[in-house]
Amino acid sequence: MSGEPILDVREVTKAFGGILALNRVSLKVFPGEILGVIGPNGSGKTTLVNCITGFIRMTSGKVLFKGKDISRKPAHKIADLGLTRTFQIMRPYYSLPAYKNLVIPLFSPRARRTGGWRGGGKLGDRDTVGIDILEEIGFERDSFVPYKLASSLPTGYLKRLELARCLALKPQMIICDEVFSGLSMSEIASMVPIIERLRMDGITLLMIEHRLRELFRVANRVIVLNFGEKIMEGTPEQVMNDEKVKEAYFGSEEVEEVMKHA
Amino acid sequence: MDIIIYGIINSISLALMALGFALVYGISRLPNFAHGALYVVAGFITWTLLKAAGLNYLLSIILAMAITGLIGGLLYQFILIRVRGMAISEIIASYAMGLAVLEGLRWGGFKGMTYTLPVFAQGSIMIWGVPVDYHRIIVVGIGAAVVLFLWIFTRSTRVGLALRGMAQDERASLMLGIDSDVMAVVAMVLGSALAALAAILLLPLGNIVVEAGYNVLILAIAVCIVGGLGSWFGAVLAAFLIGFAQILTVAYVGSHFQMVVAILAIIITLILKPSGLFGKQKELEERV
Amino acid sequence: MEQKRKERLDRGIKVRSDTIYALMSVKEIAYLVLPRLVLICGLLIAPLVMPSMYWQRVISIVCIYCLLAISFDFLAHFVGLVSLGGAFFIGVGSYLAAILNTYWGLSPVLTIPLATIFGALICTILLLPCLPLRGVYFAIVTLMYPLALARIIEALDIFGGTDGIMGVTSFPGRWVELYFMVGMVLIFLFGMRRLVNEDIGLVFRAVKDNDQAVRASGMNVTFFKAIGVCIASAMGCLGGACLVHIYMWAGISQFALDFSILPIAATVIGGAGTLVGPVIGCIILVPISELLRTFGTLRIVFYSLILVAFIVFRSEGLMVYGQRKYHQFERWVRV
Repeated sequence: MSGEPILDVREVTKAFGGILALNRVSLKVFPGEILGVIGPNGSGKTTLVNCITGFIRMTSGKVLFKGKDISRKPAHKIADLGLTRTFQIMRPYYSLPAYKNLVIPLFSPRARRTGGWRGGGKLGDRDTVGIDILEEIGFERDSFVPYKLASSLPTGYLKRLELARCLALKPQMIICDEVFSGLSMSEIASMVPIIERLRMDGITLLMIEHRLRELFRVANRVIVLNFGEKIMEGTPEQVMNDEKVKEAYFGSEEVEEVMKHA
Repeated sequence: MDIIIYGIINSISLALMALGFALVYGISRLPNFAHGALYVVAGFITWTLLKAAGLNYLLSIILAMAITGLIGGLLYQFILIRVRGMAISEIIASYAMGLAVLEGLRWGGFKGMTYTLPVFAQGSIMIWGVPVDYHRIIVVGIGAAVVLFLWIFTRSTRVGLALRGMAQDERASLMLGIDSDVMAVVAMVLGSALAALAAILLLPLGNIVVEAGYNVLILAIAVCIVGGLGSWFGAVLAAFLIGFAQILTVAYVGSHFQMVVAILAIIITLILKPSGLFGKQKELEERV
Repeated sequence: MEQKRKERLDRGIKVRSDTIYALMSVKEIAYLVLPRLVLICGLLIAPLVMPSMYWQRVISIVCIYCLLAISFDFLAHFVGLVSLGGAFFIGVGSYLAAILNTYWGLSPVLTIPLATIFGALICTILLLPCLPLRGVYFAIVTLMYPLALARIIEALDIFGGTDGIMGVTSFPGRWVELYFMVGMVLIFLFGMRRLVNEDIGLVFRAVKDNDQAVRASGMNVTFFKAIGVCIASAMGCLGGACLVHIYMWAGISQFALDFSILPIAATVIGGAGTLVGPVIGCIILVPISELLRTFGTLRIVFYSLILVAFIVFRSEGLMVYGQRKYHQFERWVRV
């Protein structure tokens, strides 16, 4: 991939007291691609996302999104620019029905600018747009599922709700924090086409994942983190065969299994 | 020169007022809004023991501290423990109890000029050309000694270290066998006793009035917020900052502005550096 | 071994009167409308049936406390900020109205709206520093502001000092006063209930439940909290402005603890989160407090103890209990 990167992360470092969670991590994401970020537990993947998207202040380093410096911007400004994220520990609005969950992101300045969704009120546009977005993301339209309270939805739907929340903002890039985790095989099988659809719609994705098999199927490039440092970058095949990566995952059965089926 | 002397006296007084609150918050993360009430109650208990029961002054002081500590412990054990962990409910519950006590004392007839505690020693001396009465010197002395003692206590003794452990990480302390509920009661008892000590030292300088309860609460909160909730060194430093600021205001602007200084200090701290000077809670919003 | 458990089901009539199906029969319409009708009629008729002018004044005071209690409930349960100082709003509103009235000679028709709007702005600005921070700080600051402001006014001897501002004009007539107050309460009660189900109301509730997700959706949480505080303080300042014109006097006592504690106690007793519960709570507590006036500050002890009891035992409040009973029934079921 060539051209200007849509997300340029330069030498990001984050120290919590004496512990270096991230040590000069750099990466570039190009428009339209899917970049995977993998690494054993505790390697700093979620911290990296938090630093990039403004939920945690980084100790040093620079992050550029579409050429603009977003290193010190607050989280809501970054989302407003078009860089959204999902949460690993899901955070729907439990007391509201699923489609009402989307009213809130549709209320944001960005949604109002880009989508032209004016008007409101109970019978107004936001509810219908919410249902539309949910249908796009895989909720069955004519069923009662979109009307159920978020607290009663199973994990697969909640993950999709997280993505829907991002889509309501018409983002240019989504950072997915472990969307495949906690899902059954069939739920994953129905998530992968959604990811493909997002790519086809022109949205760039950065996916943090533990489930390597599914990730390697969709990702263009993969970055490996270990103890807060980037140890390898390349295509899925290159990463699978790399010695350092195997060492980092030493003992993990995932790599062995993926290698067997490669 | 008198600014420096009065500044030191005022600062140590503020530190004494705030220590009890800071201790309880630092250890069990409980904002004890009944602090002011405990202060005033201690004063009244001392007075009752002294005048009504006719006990020796020193004995009254010791008993008052013990009784106030006990009241604090009971307050925790029967009421606050049930709302432990819900920050807002803790504040409301402790504030409501403090209110009940203070307004109850007001209704019960304890008001006016007739209730005072005697000073420890009459007379005054001149320090660098500034008249200072003996009682205030004793206050400074005891105050500094208490701060020092607490410093050593929490660093050397087992109980003190256990308290510090709880302050840093409750879960880890639980795993190490430190019972957090017992420690919280201990913290509450100590904090109340400290409030009583502050009352005993400072009330002889004026009258025992219920209003003092509210003032002490505001000042203690101001000191703790400016210094950083959870940092004892910060609290002492903040006490000096606010103390000197108040004295300077009295000298140059007018003597009515003392409360304004405290409030302004809180607002400025919240705007500029919400976690206070040495606050350990860097993330003031929810962590992701 | 046979065990029983309690099962809670929606009543048939509730299910039948869901959304548009309510229009099916008079019985269902009545089911929905009756409680609200009782409340509205009760509030409107009350001033007429009160035996004496003293009790009519009590109704006005009840209305002021209702405004405060609704604002407390809104802030605490729909925006997530616990305000321990209703007296702050009352004080700001009342001093503003008194100043506008005595120094600039504006009539109540002007002072009340102006005091409401500018009071809301002033309160919001003063509370702004603690909005980005955790809820604890908001509680601390709102608790302290009334205490501090009272002392400041007393010490600096401004705005009349301890004597207060006298000679404020009163309402044009007794009935105007009463029905204006009742009308305001009804407007704000039903208005706020509507607001929390509007889109912006959903955003407020989202800020309370989950502000990280709101941030991730590109919205400035502090801004929305500020709007919430503005709305709530507007209600409080309105109450303060009206209070001044009822008593024709503004003074430090308007920062009194009554205004801070009673709304909280009323909300907790009446049922938090319902916006109607606080109104019911006020209707119960304020007359009791008037009766207890002879006992002096004992009534604050009374509210405080009730408050502690409710918080500690975590009971749900009258309206919540009432709603549950009205909408659902329980029965024992074999497991």
